[in-house]
Order: sequence, then C-alpha cells, then structure tokens
Amino acid sequence: MGFRGAARRPGDIVRPAEMIFYIAGRLAWTIAVILTVLFVTFLVFFKLPNGSPALRFCGRSPTDQCIQLTTQRLHLDKPFYVEFGYFAKNFFLGDENGWPGLGYSYGNYVSVRSEVLQRAPRTLWLIAGASTIWLVFGVSIGVLSAVKRRTLVDRLAMGFALFGISAPVFWLGLMALYVVWKILGLTGGSGYVPLSDGIGNWLSHLILPWSVLALLYMAIYARLTRNNLLETLGEDYIRTARAKGLPERTVILKHGLRASLTPIVTIFGLDIALLVGGAIITESVFNIQGLGWLAFNGAITQDLPTVLGVVVCTATAVAVMNLVVDIVYAFLDPRVRYA
Amino acid sequence: MSTPLLELRDLSVRFRTRDGIVHAVSDLSYTLRRGETLGVVGESGSGKSVTSLAIMGLLNRNFADVTGEILFEGTDLLKLSPDQLRKIRGRDISMIFQDPFACLHPMYRVGWQIAEAVRAHEGVSKAAALKRAVELLDAVGIPNAKIRARDFPHQFSGGMRQRAMIAMALVHNPDVLIADEPTTALDVTVQAQILELIDRVKKDFDIGVVLITHDLGVISETASHVMVMYAGRAMEYGPAREIFNAAQHPYTWGLLESMPTVERRLDALVPIEGSPPSLLRPPSGCPFHPRCRYRFEPCDKTLPPLVSIPDGHPDACLLSPERKREIWRERIAAEIGLAS
Repeated sequence: MGFRGAARRPGDIVRPAEMIFYIAGRLAWTIAVILTVLFVTFLVFFKLPNGSPALRFCGRSPTDQCIQLTTQRLHLDKPFYVEFGYFAKNFFLGDENGWPGLGYSYGNYVSVRSEVLQRAPRTLWLIAGASTIWLVFGVSIGVLSAVKRRTLVDRLAMGFALFGISAPVFWLGLMALYVVWKILGLTGGSGYVPLSDGIGNWLSHLILPWSVLALLYMAIYARLTRNNLLETLGEDYIRTARAKGLPERTVILKHGLRASLTPIVTIFGLDIALLVGGAIITESVFNIQGLGWLAFNGAITQDLPTVLGVVVCTATAVAVMNLVVDIVYAFLDPRVRYA
Repeated sequence: MSTPLLELRDLSVRFRTRDGIVHAVSDLSYTLRRGETLGVVGESGSGKSVTSLAIMGLLNRNFADVTGEILFEGTDLLKLSPDQLRKIRGRDISMIFQDPFACLHPMYRVGWQIAEAVRAHEGVSKAAALKRAVELLDAVGIPNAKIRARDFPHQFSGGMRQRAMIAMALVHNPDVLIADEPTTALDVTVQAQILELIDRVKKDFDIGVVLITHDLGVISETASHVMVMYAGRAMEYGPAREIFNAAQHPYTWGLLESMPTVERRLDALVPIEGSPPSLLRPPSGCPFHPRCRYRFEPCDKTLPPLVSIPDGHPDACLLSPERKREIWRERIAAEIGLAS
C-alpha cells in the first residue's frame, strides 16, 4: 500500500522519534504489569497456602535434610521480599535450568520450565493455526455480510455465526472427530504428532482442532467485523471516498475495513494471549496435552509450581500481546500516537 | 444558447422507509452554466443536500427512488450505470461537504488522500499523484504544502481541512463543484476565506458552482442565482440580485427577516414561527402554508406552481404579483425605519 511506503519516508524526521517514545513507554508499562502479576501469583501460590512450600516438596515423609535443603534453595528463611526478589530474578534472568526460571514441580522434581517448554509448542501451533483460520474467514465473512446486508447471504452468514457461537466446543470437537476421522477417515485422530514426524501427519492431526477452535472465534469475528464495517460505512469519509469516484471495492476494503480493523486487532491480541493457557477444552477433546492440559493436571494434583508456571507464562503472553496490539494500533491509527 | 452545464428537470427523490415514503425532493428544476454560482438555500430537511447527493449518484438506489432528469452537458445522469456514474464523480462533478474533519479519512495522510483522488481517474504513478496533490494543496493556500501533505487530518485546522477538501475536489479540473454547506462547521473568519477561495476557483477553472447553505449571508456574497427550497420544493428561483432586492415569496421574506446583519439587532430579528413539516406526510396545498403569515383561503388546497411574475422571476406562491410587490415595499420601508 502506498501509505506504508509514505509512512517511512527518509525526510520524515518527527514520526520515528514519536513512535520510539511511544513504544518505550508501552514497554516499561508491560514490564511493570508482568512484575505485578508475578508478585500476586507469588503471594497466592507460596504465601497463602498453609505450611512451608518446603514441606510440599519433600513429599509424604519429609526428612529434615530435605526440608533444610529446600528452604535454602528457595530462600524460605529470608524475608518474603528477598524471597520474591529471587523468584522474580529467576523468572526474568533464568535459573540453573535456563530462562525462564520457574522452579521445580512438587510431584516429580522435574523443572517446570522443561515441562512448559515441552507443552508450549503444541498449544502455540494450535493457536497459530486456529487464529489464522478464524481471522481470515471471520473477517471475510463479516465483510461479505456487511456488503450484502439484509440479503440471503447476510442472513446465512449470521445464522452460521450464531451456530458457531452457540455450539459447545466439546460437542463440536467430538462430533468432528466422529464424523471426519472415524466415519470418513479423512484426517488423523486425536493426539498430537510433532512437526518432525512429517508435515502431512502433523497437519492431519491438527486440522480438526484448528477448525473446531476457529469456528467459535470465527463466528464472533464475523459479527464484530460486520457491525464495525456497517458503522464505518455510514461515516462521512466513506461518502468522500465515493465522491472521489473510487471503485466500490476500494471504498469498502481500503477506507471502510481499514477503519473497522482497529477494534478487531485489539481483541485478536487478547484472544490469542488468553488461549495460551485457556484452550483446555479443545486440548482435552483432541488429547493434545498442551499448556492447558498441564495447568489442569497441576491443579488437580495440587502441584502449585506447575500451575504457577503456566499462569505466569499466560500472564506474560497477555501482557506482551497487549504491547504488540498497542504498537500495531499506533501504526493503524495515527491519532493514538499523540494520545 | 449552448447546452447548460447542469440542468435538473422535475427531479424528485423519494425514500422508502419503514414508516412510509419520505418526499425528500419534489419536482425540482434548475439550470447551471459555466461561471455561475447557484446558491441553494433552505432550512435543514428542505432537500438541499439530498438534491446534491442525487446529482452525484451517491444515494443508495435500494432505498431512494430518483425520478426526473439530471442533465450534465446534455447527458442524463440518471440513465447511466453505476460504473459510468462513478467515472463522472470526482472527475467532471466534484463535491465538498459540511464537516471537513469527518469527511477526511482519519487514518490516511492528507496528501495521500488527494493523491488517491488523482489516481481514481488517471493512470499515473503514486509519486506523480502525490506531486500533483502537493501542487493543489499549495494552490488552495496551504503553507508548506510539501510537508503538510504528510500530516494526518487531525493535525490540520478546520479551515485547512476544508482547503484540502477543495484541493481534492479540483484534482481533475471538474466542470461542476457542489459545495454542501462548506462553511457551516468553520469559524466566521475562516468562512470568508473559504468562500473567497471557492469564488476564485470558479473563476480560475471556469466552472459552475452549486453552493448549498442555510445562510443567506453566504449566498449574498457569492451567488449569481438563488434557489430557495422548502420541504423539498422550489419556493423561489432567480438571479441573486432580484432575490435580495425584490423577493417574491413569503418564505424568502421570512428567511431575510430572520437573518442577522450588522445593522439589525437581535431583538429586531423575526423568526419564522413553527418548524418545517414532516416529509413523510407533507401538508396539503402549499407546503409552507401552515407557517405563512399571508396565507389565504386556497393555500391549504392548491399546490402553487413555480411560475414567473411579470418583470420578475419564478416563485411558488398564490398571492397576486401586485400583492407580493406591495408587501415587499412595506417590508423595505419598515427596514429603513428600523435602521434609522
């Protein structure tokens, strides 16, 4: 687009500085948010539960030696702010297992970091595929629906959206597995196959979870896009675009959609971030055993460090996605940079 | 005489709504020639803007029925396909609107938006289009046009935004410029500059201008002809000089009396009582009769046609020409009395 090129013109001295200040401010804010989240989760997971965490680490019959070692390792003998300092330092700078340092699981002494890193790609692939599908199809359906408003196309699209929003994921997921995999045999079944086992195999196991997860969001995005676009198309600058003699296509996609996209970008960032820890149902139905599954298992076995690990990772993802959204927003809408 | 630039013949616009049919414009006719400014005056809802949108083909054909003829250099625009009409929009007929802030896209640079108008009808490179945009911004009086072209609309003042809109309207040297309340959203000091600019543009480009406004003061400064509209109908139509020196229609008299001037104090202003009628259910007979001080027996039954009076211009009122002249003379006498 011509505009993008014009945005980074060499003679344009003022703009980049504005952007850098804006981004720096947002970044500082993001770090503050992550620190706050760390502090609150630290209190909730280590300080609120009864008894010393050392006791939980050492299992049913704790030895004095084990308790002493654990107390030292977690700095439990020091004031709580020092303890938190080490906790935060480990998270940001890494511990003996590397970055991010998340400590050890109560259950089996495995480092939470390795658990999270092992599970993360599954969830991230699930989100990446699903979000691409829902964004592309959701926005397209929304645009089509807005342009063909009050016609059969619009009503069908919105009916489909209503279905997508209402259908529970566990039902839809099982139905999809039953029909597409069991009866038709078109795709792989449940479970996760790593990318290293061949892209075809990987795809055929992911396509159903992608579609099922995407359907819900696609429906929401289609409605959101339709309503935003309809509102934007009533704006005076759309009339100006038509008065210029631009083709209707350009009017809708370049002038209308551009202005309708900002709220969609906002919720897109948040939806993705929330799914990092929150795709539990989809992960369970398709037995993907990603981060959601990890957190769920941690919770039912009272393995607090594991739950905490997933929680801080999710929270960080939310904060970082917020930062990304803010930056994208500033590029999309020049007025934001001056706010 | 040569073919007029723009000619409306019995233009009617009906909107189909849930509550019924809105008679937005009824049987409107006027003629615009090169070098002329036609001032269209009337209160809100009198059909001024709808008329211009109809000319531009910007009314949604699904909801609006447009009948009659809109002849642009002899071609009936209503008979053209949407795509043919699109090629005329912005190239042969351009339009500027009331609120220049709302009319510029908030997320694109001003120069880019003008360049886009260039490229809408001309296959030139982006760089060439941008260069033309800068030239035009310069021509409409934007200082440092080259740098300001990179600004976003919110970085422009109200007057500059309207100048930018005018620049955008001029990219293809149009034949007709429709200005729909171009100064209403602007400061008084800026209003005069914008009107001057429109007038200069008219002379420099030798085009016809349709200036829509509810402000008679604006019209008196620039228009060569005036069309007074009420409830979607023409009430009076003629050369500006005649309208201001010998108005014939009670509604025009009312407009003139409610117009503040330097000589006339606020307490001397006479508002027109009542409010404009609903266009869903227009009054029977003359649409103005419920508010008219001079109404008499047939006014609520007979729709007065737009006809010329001897040595005058066309108006749509059932009063006799003699009576119209008499009332006007009384009004002038009273005015002189007020001023002294």
